[in-house]
Amino acid sequence: MRFFTQHGQRLLWALGLSLLITACSDQKQAEPQNDVEEIQGQEIAVLTDPPSVPPPITRKHATKVIVNLEVIEKEMQMMDGVSYVFWTFGGTVPGKFIRVRQGDFVEFHLKNHPDNKLPHNIDLHAVTGQGGGAAATFTAPGHETQFSFTALNPGLYIYHCATAPVGMHIGNGMYGLILVEPKEGLPKVDREFYVCQGDFYTKGNYGDAGLQPFDMAKAVREEPDYVVFNGKVGALTGPNALKAKVGEKVRIFIGNGGPNLVSSFHVIGEIFDNVFREAGSVPDHNIQTTLIPAGGASITEFTLNAPGEFILVDHSIFRAFNKGALGILQAEGDPNKLIFSGQQDDRIYQPEGGAIQSMPEEPAPEAKPMTKEEKLTQGKNIYVSNCQACHQADGKGIPNAFPPLAGSDYFANDPSKAIMAVSHGLSGKITVNGKQFDGVMPKQNLSDAQTAAVITYVLNNFGNKGGEVNPEDVTKLRK
Amino acid sequence: MVEIQGGMYSPLYSLDSQKVKVQPFLMDAYPVTNSDFLAFVKKYPDWKKNSVKRLYADSSYLRHWANDTAFPQYLANSPVVNVSWFAAKKYCECEGKRLATTAEWELAAKASPTNKDGSRDTAFRQWIVGVLSKPSGSSTPSIGQTPRNYYGVYDLHGLVWEWTYDFNSALTTGESRGNSSLDNTLFCGGGSFASKDVDNYPAFMRFAIRSSVKARYCVPNLGFRCVRSQ
Repeated sequence: MRFFTQHGQRLLWALGLSLLITACSDQKQAEPQNDVEEIQGQEIAVLTDPPSVPPPITRKHATKVIVNLEVIEKEMQMMDGVSYVFWTFGGTVPGKFIRVRQGDFVEFHLKNHPDNKLPHNIDLHAVTGQGGGAAATFTAPGHETQFSFTALNPGLYIYHCATAPVGMHIGNGMYGLILVEPKEGLPKVDREFYVCQGDFYTKGNYGDAGLQPFDMAKAVREEPDYVVFNGKVGALTGPNALKAKVGEKVRIFIGNGGPNLVSSFHVIGEIFDNVFREAGSVPDHNIQTTLIPAGGASITEFTLNAPGEFILVDHSIFRAFNKGALGILQAEGDPNKLIFSGQQDDRIYQPEGGAIQSMPEEPAPEAKPMTKEEKLTQGKNIYVSNCQACHQADGKGIPNAFPPLAGSDYFANDPSKAIMAVSHGLSGKITVNGKQFDGVMPKQNLSDAQTAAVITYVLNNFGNKGGEVNPEDVTKLRK
Repeated sequence: MVEIQGGMYSPLYSLDSQKVKVQPFLMDAYPVTNSDFLAFVKKYPDWKKNSVKRLYADSSYLRHWANDTAFPQYLANSPVVNVSWFAAKKYCECEGKRLATTAEWELAAKASPTNKDGSRDTAFRQWIVGVLSKPSGSSTPSIGQTPRNYYGVYDLHGLVWEWTYDFNSALTTGESRGNSSLDNTLFCGGGSFASKDVDNYPAFMRFAIRSSVKARYCVPNLGFRCVRSQ
């Protein structure tokens, strides 16, 4: 504390001196206001899991804030059916959201759970000082370290682990956001959300089921299998979608943990009224897409003027649709036809002078239906690349985890149950050959013809009693 | 004990001139177990859970033991953990042995099941990264369940971390980025980019755990084994 106080006084002197010389009120505002305030009282920081944000700070004075953050290494879902051992700040990816006020004196406690394998530390970008606190918080498993700092600069900052090998610690999910509210507070909004992007590198490809280990070679080549918001494919879709109402002002605290990629953050169908880029104090207005560097964060604000599903993406768009970087903000409310009408008409269009349309000479050949032999051959290949990891090469599955397909009574009398499982996925309790299973099988991304082929293959192998499925059967059940 | 052939070892943060020549030595095939350690404290009561001096072991010393002479039976054959460097060093000395230097330990640990230098074996390295990625959990498995290495040593990877004699001599700061700017090139080279082997993630993790502890610390996944000079 003493150091900061002295430092602050020196800074004030320097500020005063420069004011005397330049005497210009515009420049006065541009100078950073990071002198040290008197600390009154003490409190324990409220930390929240994503996508929640702790309540705004209403205090008008600086205080001592105690932050308790626990490092937990644990297995979680990267996607339904795909698990991964994440290293976390507080049990979630991203880690707990920390909210303090400019001028606060933060006493930081980093606790490394005794069941963890590795030492960890934390570098908070909100900290002015050696390593952002990294060396000061270097903590062995079963230990707790402490350091303190004064939150000099307002803004939104990433924090992350910086223990060697640092790329792997960040790559396994060790990052989160800390907000230092300016003294005057942030303008009031109706909703605040916490979203953080990250890229992940797994031994298997995107969607390969089961526990996936970290792949160092892919990480070094910067070729992620997953690019996700809030640590999981689907963390912000379906029942997990962010929810708000038309007319409300929304603020998204958006960070990017990396470790490698930068994010072109965009909300489809919205324009950011304000973007505080990179924790800066001066907002930009009317922004469509804003770049979030790895190890950076921005505050985005917008008012919902129309109902609908607004889609959060990394506009490096293959990441959104093939690697998971996609979330949904659901806005409920009455449509305002003046702002957005929806489709008003769909009519025939004939360009002038273009009345004579040339037709392609030959219609594209229709895919030839496969013979049963062809289905068995193709089905085998599909089985190997899509099913075998869980159901095994001999179709016997794995006891208590993945049900057998060999001699299975589950679909013996009704192949449509197999079709449903492949085309829709299957979860919850089922009984196969007298054994109960309670797991999740993800929906398989196969065409109707491919689905028919692989099920025909299964029906005619592994001691099952034969049969044949046609693409039409799949089409019917897909609806 | 098992004979480890000598050889050259390049510390992770090092210059070429700082290679270390390791003489042949004998190494315990397994880490020291709870049963082994119980026999030790019975013989040297100063090192019992409730008698040890705080200077030599922090309050987590033998935390998984119920009292001075009892631990859960299923841990009998598991490596003893929650032991300080002082305790580990004393144990080895009382056995007429000593703790391995980091150079000796790393040289022995470089061996894959089939080769005395497994450092080019990507499958071996990926296996180690895999086991190191997972949390230790609250119960330590028994010794001897990981693959036997080239020399006939077990459990150097995949069971618990192990104390070395000079564990704290690496002079890393615990944050991998800052080491390059340390004024310690004279002593250890410094710098993750100056490191011999930037892809050797397991070695970075071992250096991290070694530099995160002090000699009196007792950590739930840190045990030890002994060696003897030939």
